[in-house]
Parts: sequence; structure tokens; C-alpha cells
Amino acid sequence: MEWFDNGWGLTLITFLPLVGVVLIGLMPQSQEEKIKKTALGTSIIVLGLSILAAFRFDYGPAAEFQLGTSLSWIPAIGSNYHIGIDGISLPMLILSAFVSLLAIIYSWNHWEEPRNPKAFLILILLLEMGMNGTFVALDLVLFFIFFELVLLPMYFMIGIWGDKTPRTVAGFNLTIETRLYASIKFFIFTLFGSAFMLLSFLALYFNAPEQTFDIPGLIAQAPALSALPVAGLIFAGMFLGFAVKVPMWPLHTWLPDAHTAAPTVGSVLLAAILLKLGSYGFIRIAIPILPEQAKQWAPAIAILAAIGIIYGSLACLAQTDMKRLIAFSSVGHMGFVMLGIASLTEVGINAAIIGMVAHGVITGMLFFLAGSMHHRYHTRDMLRLGGNMKLMPKIGGILAFTAMASLGLPGLAGFWGEFAALLGAYNPLPGLDLGIFRGAMVAGAIGTVLTAGYMLWMLQKVNLGEPAAEWEGHEFADMDKYELMAWAPLLVATVAIGVFPNLIFGATSDAVASLVQTAFGG
Amino acid sequence: MGFAIDYWALAPEIILAVTLMTVLTAEIFLPRSLRYITAIIAVMGTIMAMIPLVVLGLSGQTHSMFDGSFVVDDFALVMKGLFLAAGIIVMLMSIAYIEADRFYQGEYYFLMVSSILGSLVMASARDMIILFIGLELVTGPLFLLTGWRKGDRKSNEAALKFFLLGVLSTAILLYGMSFIYGLTGSLTFAGIADASAGLADASAFIMAILFIMVGFAFKISAVPFHFWAPDTYEGAPTPITAYLSVSSKTAGFVGMLVVTYLAFPHAASTWGPALWILAALTMTVGNLTALRQTHIVRLLAYSSVAQAGFMLVPFAVAGVSNSDRALGDAFAATVTYVAVYAFTNLGAFGIVIAAANQTKSGLIERWAGLGTTSPGLATLGTIFFLSLAGIPPFAGWFAKFVMFRSAMGPGNAWTVALAAIAVLNAVIGFYYYARVVKAMWFDPLPDNMDTEVVPVDPALQLSLVLTVAFVIFAGFFPQISAFFGEATRYIASG
Repeated sequence: MEWFDNGWGLTLITFLPLVGVVLIGLMPQSQEEKIKKTALGTSIIVLGLSILAAFRFDYGPAAEFQLGTSLSWIPAIGSNYHIGIDGISLPMLILSAFVSLLAIIYSWNHWEEPRNPKAFLILILLLEMGMNGTFVALDLVLFFIFFELVLLPMYFMIGIWGDKTPRTVAGFNLTIETRLYASIKFFIFTLFGSAFMLLSFLALYFNAPEQTFDIPGLIAQAPALSALPVAGLIFAGMFLGFAVKVPMWPLHTWLPDAHTAAPTVGSVLLAAILLKLGSYGFIRIAIPILPEQAKQWAPAIAILAAIGIIYGSLACLAQTDMKRLIAFSSVGHMGFVMLGIASLTEVGINAAIIGMVAHGVITGMLFFLAGSMHHRYHTRDMLRLGGNMKLMPKIGGILAFTAMASLGLPGLAGFWGEFAALLGAYNPLPGLDLGIFRGAMVAGAIGTVLTAGYMLWMLQKVNLGEPAAEWEGHEFADMDKYELMAWAPLLVATVAIGVFPNLIFGATSDAVASLVQTAFGG
Repeated sequence: MGFAIDYWALAPEIILAVTLMTVLTAEIFLPRSLRYITAIIAVMGTIMAMIPLVVLGLSGQTHSMFDGSFVVDDFALVMKGLFLAAGIIVMLMSIAYIEADRFYQGEYYFLMVSSILGSLVMASARDMIILFIGLELVTGPLFLLTGWRKGDRKSNEAALKFFLLGVLSTAILLYGMSFIYGLTGSLTFAGIADASAGLADASAFIMAILFIMVGFAFKISAVPFHFWAPDTYEGAPTPITAYLSVSSKTAGFVGMLVVTYLAFPHAASTWGPALWILAALTMTVGNLTALRQTHIVRLLAYSSVAQAGFMLVPFAVAGVSNSDRALGDAFAATVTYVAVYAFTNLGAFGIVIAAANQTKSGLIERWAGLGTTSPGLATLGTIFFLSLAGIPPFAGWFAKFVMFRSAMGPGNAWTVALAAIAVLNAVIGFYYYARVVKAMWFDPLPDNMDTEVVPVDPALQLSLVLTVAFVIFAGFFPQISAFFGEATRYIASG
């Protein structure tokens, strides 16, 4: 297995999807079975390799980057193909490979118009490459490339298969299809943020005493970098890039549009993984490289996170579109993740990571459900839905379960992230303003109540009561076998992480401890 | 004093000269149905010219002739390679396009090769006269080629505008050069650089430099000297537009690079700020105007204006940087950007030619549904347009990256501000490139559209394959383009 540990494993995990893309690209569109099997096979192998990576990973020194390699890539600018994983990236990598596979399984018999399995599967695999690559990259340029790589496939997914209902664009006196509006908005927002992030990366490179794009190399120079007069600006640029992606209030406005307009699988991947690239960036890059600035910005981030939690929850209560409600719930949940990160403590950052995984699993599941219900009812309007428990008992039951997980019911995955984030905010890194953080904690606690409120409200509208008159006489197919295969693993993971949070903490806690120790000395 | 002619170093130029004579002669003797052979001769000749180039490059020696006026060094070789490659690709695109008209094929390739020859001369020019001759040899044939479609009023308008403004800019350029000669008594760049060490503040010298900058600004269609470009681009035959936007523009940049870095290194405080303003204006105006375009060629015209703005960014940096390293970074950044842009833009124009056959129109809205009727063409088009926008993993990202990198290097507030302007422009730029992508993939096929697929001719296919191969490969392995950029950095950093 030496080849695997020497970087080949991670390289394959990252680039096998690209091989799949090329293979599928060479197949004619008519050979649909073959195309689907190729995509499925590719993603199964990738998941297998990621699980193998989890076994080859040495949890003793979980803070060290393992299974990686560093090869010369662009010597002209001093950038290397440096990859590797530590306890923080491992869970994210597995989540990414896991959800991508489920997305392909779910796609098997759920094709949205215009039906084009070949193009759609190519896009999923490209996305998977970008996501996996971001989590293994240890070089800023490499990270940037993968970070940007996910934009294109998602842009096409939303633009081609997205929601075709027209909407008016405020201020432009223009009516266009939602998919067109949402796709370009998603791209422009993220590109805007990440372009400034790139400038920050370059500034880091040029200002480091020992010029490098290497992430561990820059972390080693953190004290010198933090002392720079321009360090505040550099952090601001990175903040912009990552905060748009998370998204943090008030940079979140692309999210409800993109999530709602995207086809089901697109929403799932967007919620489950793409958002995490932002929060992962904070943990991997922004905080360890510029710890002093992170400290200065932490109160502001905590306040924005608290606003996000409250705002997201209140916005949920105002929605009538089920999918849009789930989208806004992401704003709230990612608020908890950012609150945990802002506390700059072991507890908080661990909470953020488990919160990221849990949100990926649970919200991904919710989007699957919303998609499947839309597929059957042809509407997501909660005023028209109702009595889902009677019409489709299995799907209704799963929806109830997932909503419970999402509102943070103890014993399920969602609980740990919220609970520990609040704990982190109660007791942030010494030196941070206690008043602000405790205020944010109170806001977060109110947010958990509101979350419970809107989730239960949604369940009441959608699941309970009598079916509306318009569904009378309709026969609805309940969950089919592809849905079962795609969903069961997520449900199992929800329970497993809820009952054994150490599945995640076991990998992350040492790495996070070392991160906090190195950055803040205690 | 080396006035001896080094034939070996001149071999690429000689081969091209022989080629263009052969093309002209062959046309007379060939029956009309066989005149496409002139195209083959022209392409083969241009490919042949690459052979001595490679050999010269491998030998690693610098050849200097005519008292340092004509130099074949790594920079010259890299640029010559680029000009030849671009010329070959444009000629491949032209074959079916010109063949369809069935007349004057020989003249077309004769003029084309002449223009390429001119650009080769420019790359080696290290003296004002040779630079000027080279530049005119590039532009002169293009006046004729632009008006190639004689019966078309737009083509005539294009040629006339191009000619008038071209002549005007030439006059301004020459006027500036005459001042320089008067002030320094020297024509070679090295001589000017030596003689101008104490002149940096002399008003006549500053004026002369600005004249020369304005002259080149016309050639590279920088704002506010860009007004000829959209009309000329639209009216010219599309392969010629591709050539204008790539080779002719690159020739302008080559002139600008050698003049600023080699002849006026002591006046960087003059041309640096001037080019800062020019860069900021060019990318912003170019991009904002491009947003409103409905015709694909006009869109690409404004896009090429905006791209020129990005290419100017490193110049502005050179004005304030005090280290050799930052200067070298800036120089290499421009060369890398130009090279990546050349292949990407040529590819984009190749798609325009192919799509025009399919959609019978240059309007972007007529490109709707191209993803359904010709998915291959649409995929390639998407790759080229996104590469122009600088989206990874296509080659364009690296061009933008080195441009930003050069601006961030000196850590000067002005250059960082310019980088921030460039970032905003990159985002704006994405919007209009994405509009084309959107039309191809997201918009439904127009009702009255002919869905019968028009085959793409083999030569055009070949040019598309060559360009797309570069754009994808250099996207994943940018070192390939960085290598050529780096090979030239010694010019700036000594």
C-alpha cells in the first residue's frame, strides 16, 4: 500500500472523476446504461479509496498532513502540487465522496428536463473532482483552482436543469427564468469573493519572509505574517472569498436563489459540500495563517453569524416554498458553524466541523426529499401540500425524521454542532470580548428555538392534516428503490453521528487542538 | 561592429520571404480550381520557418546583427514562435472561408505571409527604424485584407477606418521617434537608453515618449484609441479579424515591450503612470461596453480591448517597481498573458467562423440552442470563452494569475489598487462571456432555426483542435506557458 500512502491515493480520489468524465465524454448519448454505470463505478471507486484513506490514516498524529505528496507543478511561480489530509480534512473528503455517490444513485431514475444524463453525470463528476481537490490541496494556488473548479459545473447544472418559472429582477425591470437569474448570480457572487481571495493569497506569498504558496509553510510563518501592517487587508480579502461561499449574512443572497432554482441533485451537492468549502477555508487557511487578524475579526464574525442564525430562521418562517425554506435554513445552520469557528476554541472549531458534516448529511437529505416530493406533486407550495403522511407514508416519515435531525434533536447528528457551537461561544478564546460572544450565544440559543419552530411548522403544513382536495383521487408512488439506496446511507449516518459523535471528533479533535495551540498558544 | 549578415539567425524571415514569393508566383500558373494549393504552400512555408526557430532556441546563443539593431535572442524567438503559430492557425481558418469566394486566393496568402514576416522582424527589432519597418509590414497588408470583401459596404468601411486611423497612429509614432532621435542622437534602443539617463525630466523627452505610447496604443486598441476596432473587426473577413485581434495586437505589444523596457528604462516614472491610467481605462471601458453588445464579433472586439487593458497592467507595475525581480515578473507576465490570450482568442474566432456557418448570423441570440444542434462546437466555444474569462481549469486563469501576481509583487498601493480594478473587471468580464455560454446551452433553439448540422471543414477543425489542446493542457500544466514567459524575463531584469 506504499503507493497509496505516497500521494497516489489522494491523487486518484481527486482525479478519477476526471477519468470518468473523459470516458463518458467518449460515449454516445444513446448508450445511457453504459454512461450511468461508468459514472456510478467511478464514484464507487472514489468512495472506496476515501474509506481506504480513512483506514490508512494514522490517527495518532492526526494533526499532521498524511498520505500526501509534494511535486513541482508551476516552478515559475513557486507553486507545487502539494496534497495531504489531516484530521480536519479527512471527514470532509469522505463526506464529499459519499454524497457524490448518493447523488449519482439518486439520479438513476430522476432526470429533470431537458433530460441529458450524459451531460448531467459529467457535471456531477467534475464537481466531485473540484470538491475532493479542495479538501486535499495544501498549496494556495492548487486550492484556488479547485475552489473555483466547482463553480462551472454548478453554473451549468442550475442554468440547464434549473427552475424555469419566470421571475422579475428587482431594479432592472426585467423578467427572466429563475434558472438564468440564479445561475449567473451564483457565479458572479462567488467569483467576486474568490478573486479578492486570490489577491490575498498573492499578498501572503509576497509578504512571507520565505515566499511560498505552501499552506503548512505559511502556517509556520504565521507570527511574521500576522505582524504585517497589511495583514488586516489580507484577512479581509480571504474573508470575502470564504464568507461568500459559506455564505455569511449579508453576502448570502445568492444562496436562496441558487438552492431553490437548482435541480435536486444540484441543491444537494450545493448544500452538502459546496458551502463547506468556505468554512473549511476559514479553518484551513485564514485562521492558522493569520491568527492575530482572526482574533480581531472574531467578534465581527460572531455577530454576523448570530445575525445569520436569527435572520435565516425568521426568513424560513416567511417562506411558502418548501425548497426555499430549506435553503434559508442553511443560512441559519451555517451561522452556527461560523459561530463555532469565531470562538477560536477547540470546542468551537470541533463543533464547526461536526456541524458541517451534519449539515451536509441532513440538509442534503432534506433537499432530496423536497426534490422527490416536487417530482410527485409538481409543486413545492406548502399552502397546497398537506397530509403527506397519508399520501406517501414512507417519504413523510423520513421527512419528519430528517426535520427532527435538522432542528438539533439530541441523539441525531444535528445536535452536536449546534450545542457545541453555543458552548464554544459561551467560553471563547481568552481575550475575546465575552459580552459579544455571550450575546451571540443567546442569539444562537434563540435561533435553535426558531429552528425548531419553522421545522415543526413545515412538518405541520406538509406532513400532517388531511390531503388537500386537489390531490383527491391521485395515486402517488411512495419511495422507490433508487431513493431508498440514496437515502438510507444518509439516514444511517444521521443516527450514527448523533449517537457516536466520536466518529468525527475522533479524527478532528487532535488536529483542531494542535491548530488552536499553534495559532493561539493555548 | 557586426554588420555581417548572420543568415542562420535570419532563416525564419528568409523562409517566409521565399514562401510569399512562391505563393504569388504559383497563383499565376495555377488554374482556378487548383488555387487552394497556394494556401498549402503558405501554411507549409510558415511551418518550415519554425524549424530554424527551434534549432536557434536549442542552441541558446544570442545572435546580434547590424550593430545591435537586429537581435535574435530568447525573447525574439518566443515571440516569433507565437507569431508563426498564430499565423498558421489563422491561415488554417481561412482556407474554406476564402475558397468560398474563389478569387484572389494567392494574393490573400501573399499578404498574410507578408504580415507574419513583418511581425517576425518586429520581434527582433532593437532599433527604432527596424521596429517601424516591421510594424508597417505587419499593418500594411492588413489594410488590404480588411477590405477583402469588396462588394460588402461594411468591409469597405472597416478598411477605410482602419487605414485612416492606422496612418494617423503611424504618423504620431514617427513624430515621437523623430524627437527621440533628435534628443539622443541614437536609434538603437541600447543607445537611447544610455543617452537618456539624464533626460528623464526633459519635457521634450517626456512628450516624445507619450507620442510613441499613443502610437502603440492605437495598434493595441487601448482606450481611448480603440474606436476603430469594433467597426473594423465587424467588417473584416472573420479570419482577418482573428489575426487583427491576436497577431496585430501582439505585434503592438512587442513594440511596446521593447521600447519601454529597453529604450526607456530610465523613464519608467513617465510611462508607468501613463500606462496605469491607460490600463485602468482600457479594461473598464472595454468591459462595460462589451456588456451591451449583441453581435458576437463586436463582443469579441470589445473583449479584446478589455484584454489589452489586462495586458497593460504589468507595465504600470514596472513604473513603480524598484527591484529587478518585480520588473522581470512584470515583463514575463505580459508575455505569458499575450501568449495564452493568442491561442484562446484564435480558438474563439474559429468557433465564430464555424458557428456562423451553422447559424447564418453573427447575432448572439442566434447562437441559442447551439448546445443541442452542435454540442461539440458549443463545448469548444464554452472552453474558449471561459478561458478568456479566466475561469479555471482553462489556460486563461494562469494569464490572469500572473497579471495579478505582477501587480501584487511590489506591494505598492497604486499597483494593488490597479489589481483591485482588474479583479472587478475580471468579474464584469465573466458576465458577458457567460452570456454567450448561456445562449449556447441555456436558451432554447429559435423557432425558425435550421437544425441541419453544417459540417466544419477539416482545416478549421485542425485549428480548433490545436487551440483547444493548448487551452486545456496549459490550464492544467501552466508551466508550459510560464516557461516561455520566464524565458524572456532577462530583458527587463538584466
